[in-house]
Formats: sequence, C-alpha cells, structure tokens
Amino acid sequence: MVPVATFRNIAIGQYIPGESMLHRLDPRTKIAVTLLLVVGLFFIDSYLGYGLAALYIALAVLNSGIPARFLFRGLKPVIIIILLTFALNSFLTEGEIIWQWGFLSLTKEGLYKGGLLAVRLILLIVGTSILTLTTSPLALTDGLESLLRPGRRVGIPAHELAMMMTIALRFIPTLLEETEKIMKAQMARGADFESGNLLQRAKSLLPLLVPLFVSAFRRADELAIAMEARCYRGGEGRTKLKQLAFRPADFFVLAGSGVFIVWLALVA
Amino acid sequence: MPIEIKDLTHIYNPGTPLARTAIRNINLTIEDGEIVAIIGHTGSGKSTLVQHLNGLLKPTSGTVKVDGVDINQKGVDLRTIRWKVGLVFQYPEHQLFEETVWDDVAFGPRNMRLSDEEVRARVERALAAVDIDPALANRSPFELSGGEKRRVAIAGVLAMEPSVLVLDEPTAGLDPRGRQDMLRQIQRLQEERHLTVVFVSHNMAEVGALADRLVVMERGEIVMEGPPKAVFAERDRLEAIGLGVPEMTALMAKLREMGWDVPVSVLTVDEAEKAIMAVLRREARVGTRGDL
Ligand SMILES: Nc1ncnc2c1ncn2[C@@H]1O[C@H](COP(=O)(O)OP(=O)(O)OP(=O)(O)O)[C@@H](O)[C@H]1O
Ligand SMILES: [Mg+2]
Repeated sequence: MVPVATFRNIAIGQYIPGESMLHRLDPRTKIAVTLLLVVGLFFIDSYLGYGLAALYIALAVLNSGIPARFLFRGLKPVIIIILLTFALNSFLTEGEIIWQWGFLSLTKEGLYKGGLLAVRLILLIVGTSILTLTTSPLALTDGLESLLRPGRRVGIPAHELAMMMTIALRFIPTLLEETEKIMKAQMARGADFESGNLLQRAKSLLPLLVPLFVSAFRRADELAIAMEARCYRGGEGRTKLKQLAFRPADFFVLAGSGVFIVWLALVA
Repeated sequence: MPIEIKDLTHIYNPGTPLARTAIRNINLTIEDGEIVAIIGHTGSGKSTLVQHLNGLLKPTSGTVKVDGVDINQKGVDLRTIRWKVGLVFQYPEHQLFEETVWDDVAFGPRNMRLSDEEVRARVERALAAVDIDPALANRSPFELSGGEKRRVAIAGVLAMEPSVLVLDEPTAGLDPRGRQDMLRQIQRLQEERHLTVVFVSHNMAEVGALADRLVVMERGEIVMEGPPKAVFAERDRLEAIGLGVPEMTALMAKLREMGWDVPVSVLTVDEAEKAIMAVLRREARVGTRGDL
C-alpha cells in the first residue's frame, strides 16, 4: 500500500533556521550575491578559479553552520546528470587518447573539460542551496518583491507575483495534508491507487483529484473573501510588518563578494 | 468480529526531527455489537487510533487483531479488512467525487467487485439507512446541504456492509437537529444490523446517550475506560484533563453538594427531571425542606 503518512515529511523549501550572519543578512543581499555567483561560475574556466570559488562557498557554508549533509542532499537528485556530463565530455572530446575501449576513447582534454563542467555544476547547486537553506521562503519572496519593484514601471507586477508565491508556499502543506486525508478516506472504501494499467491508474486518481480540486477552489474562495474582508487591495501603499533593512554587514558582504566574484570571473 | 489492540504505539515520522508519538501502549478490546465512544482533548490521538482499526496506519509497535487475525501481517489483504471495518473520516463529505449521489455510494461496493444487482441493493439499503430520499440519488452530491452530504458519505461506507463501523466525529459541524438525526441513525444501525460501532466525539451528552463504553484518551494514552455513568462519576479527573461531564451530570453533582440526595449517574434531562421529582416527592411526604 501507499505509505500515505509520509506526505507531511516533504520539506517545503529547505530552510534550516539559524542565527548565523548569513541567516541574518538581508534576503536581497543573498539573492544578488547568488545571482552574481551563478553568472560568475559560467565565466570561470580554470581549476584554480573553481578552487577559489569553492573556497568562497566553503567559507559561506562554514559561517552558516549548516551541516554538510544538507548540501549533499541537494546534490542527490542531480548526481546522475553530473556523472553523465562528466562521462560524455570525457569520452566525446577529441584529443590525446589515454585509454581506449572499442570505439570509446578517453582523452586528456575530455577529462579536463568534463571535470570542469562537473565541478561547475556541483558549485552551482551547492551555491544556490546556501540561499534557500539560510533564507526562509517568506523572506525570499519579500526580497524578490523588493528587487522586482523597480520593474513595476515596465509592467512587472512585483507585489502580485510575491503574494502569489507566498500564498502558494502557504498552501502546499495544506494541500498535501488534504491529499493524504482524501487518499486514506477513499482507501477505506476499497480504492486502489497502484495496480492496473496506465489508463486504470489514471482513472483511479479521479476519486482523489475531484475532491482535491473542489476543496482547493473552496479554499481559494474563502481566502479571497477573508482577504477582502480585511481590505486587501494589492500592493499600493501597503506597508510591511517586517521591513527589509540593509545593514552594514549587507554592504560589506555585497561589496566584498561582488569584487571577488567579478575578479574571479574575469581573471581566473 | 472482535477487535483486539495490544500494546499499540504509533510514531509519526519516526527517526526524523519531526518524530511525534501520537499514541502509546494502547490496549483495548472491542466486542461484537458494542458501541464504544472514544473521547479526548484535541490532539490526544483519537484519529490516529481509529485509523489503525482498518490498517490505514501501520503500528510502530504492537498489534491490531480483527477477528483473531493480525491485520498487519504479511499476506493479509487489507482491502478485505477495510470492507469488514468501515471507517468514516471526520468531515467525510469532503471525499465525495462522483457525478451522482448514487454513484458515489456505489463506489465502495463496486470496488468489491459485486454484481450489479447486489450493488444496487446495497446502495438502496445504505441510502435508506441514513434517511436519504431516493429522489436525491440522481442529483450531484455537490448540490446537497451539508448534513445531506455527510449522510451520503456515511452511506458510501455503509454500502460496503461492514460489520464494524468506525466514525471519526460524525456529528462535528452539524446543527442540533442534524446531530440528533445522526445519533438516532447510528443507534438504529447498531440495533438492526448488530453492527459494532466505534465513534469519536467531543460531546459528552452525545457519548453518554449512545455509548455502552467510553474510552478516554489523553496525550496518546488511555486514561479512563468504562460505562459512561462510571466514567462521568469521576468528574474531577475528567475536568483535570480538559474534558467535562454532560450538563445534567454536572447539575446532579452540584445538587449533591447542596445536600440533595440525587444520584450522580444522570445523563439526560429526562433522567434529571425524574431524579429531582423523586427527591421533591419524598421530601413533600416527609415534610422537610419547605423552602424549595
Ligand atoms: N499525519 C500526521 N503527521 C504527523 N503528525 C500527526 C499526523 N496526524 C496527527 N499527528 C499528530 O499526532 C497527534 C495526535 O493526532 P490525532 O489527529 O490522532 O488527534 P485527535 O485526538 O484526533 O485530535 P482532534 O480531536 O483534533 O481530531 C497530534 O499531536 C498531531 O499533531
Ligand atoms: Mg481527530
């Protein structure tokens, strides 16, 4: 049978609460630095450069106090892609052959290039997970909203986007809980969610999906009414309980990281 | 079909930081034809417990035996257990999904691969058992009133004709009239079909009126158990764990404190009236307490 009770385990975002400097940085700082890092990593094309970038990321991890296993957890789903990238590049790049088996030839240049790409992917994933590991989903949307705000003049609905993200995040656990409940209720009536061919299985999902949609629409309706009852009228003139505040630490991190990453990207 | 629960413990998300022991060392036997009410504060583990009765949740440790068979053993077909032990979830109306009331009630029997005639017969019996007008059978379940939806959902479980009916807060969110109807239907089912009934409730008057036996839970453990009158007699203990006693039982307790010779084991208004009248008559005869 389906291990239904495990639905609630799914962590939303991967935020791990903490008190480190990295945790307390303004989300805008972290978003900006992460973006810069992502772009920078694409420019670097030497092992020395990647070594320095890895050192930089390692310092951030050390500061955040996040156990390494959480970083590796983020790598797990893409490990195949990383290995594949490495293998394909190692074998398909032309150059000095160091090992041959049938039509497969491992080249020195390939090994070098494949290695670089693999390291780049790993650093990309670890680097970006630091952002989501140290920033709560709400802070993240807050930061995004604030960063997107100048875009309003060209028609980017910054507040609305952020509100949608916030609501979606808020309701994911609720929907999962509801899924679990309805699944159990239908299983109590002998529903079978896992045997049969594809068509039968798709059909067997109806007893789950229909009530789920009905309740999602009901919730959406209720939420809209509750928001209107509290005079919600979009982002215009809206103030925040938690103001984002740019502090000296943010300035130093932003300036320091900015200079370092740009230097790394251009020189290394 | 007795149900025997032995040393049952359930931990949600074991081995993670979210681990939570919802029920612990539960021992409980439910005999054939009994009406057992499970009461307890919110979060005390009632829903967790009842979901073990048909194998929807697996014990972390301990066993659940239905009819002498350990339902979590390898090779036990849980679907057949679920036909024998019908479980109605809290707010079951949220699980309606078919186009018509009739089809929704037929979902269970169809999963049992019964013949068309048998399905039809069962659906009709089930709808009748919950007093749903056959004229409603072709309507969409989403067009019904809240109380009707609830009854259709219960019919959906009854249509599997289980020998044990488990209901998680069947009267939650109903108006007083709806509650009354629901309780009457449950009682009638038990009498007519000799069902074993296990139900979860927050309403003391309700469990007092309906149950043969109460099981009181607190923080995942059974702390009291026995016939309603015996359990309600321990009012202080119940109140200590955040539960009350039926209003009439409380009234009798107050009267006794004031020196009236009334029995404490009174549950309903009728019984209370009789008890008070008895005292008044006795005293009128003796001629004391002219002041009342
Ligand atoms: N699927 C789940 N995952 C994790 N924890 C759960 C889950 N379901 C219940 N719990 C926890 O287990 C404990 C017991 O919950 P349960 O639902 O059994 O209580 P209850 O007595 O039915 O409460 P209520 O009267 O509110 O329905 C609670 O602390 C609850 O938070
Ligand atoms: Mg419950």
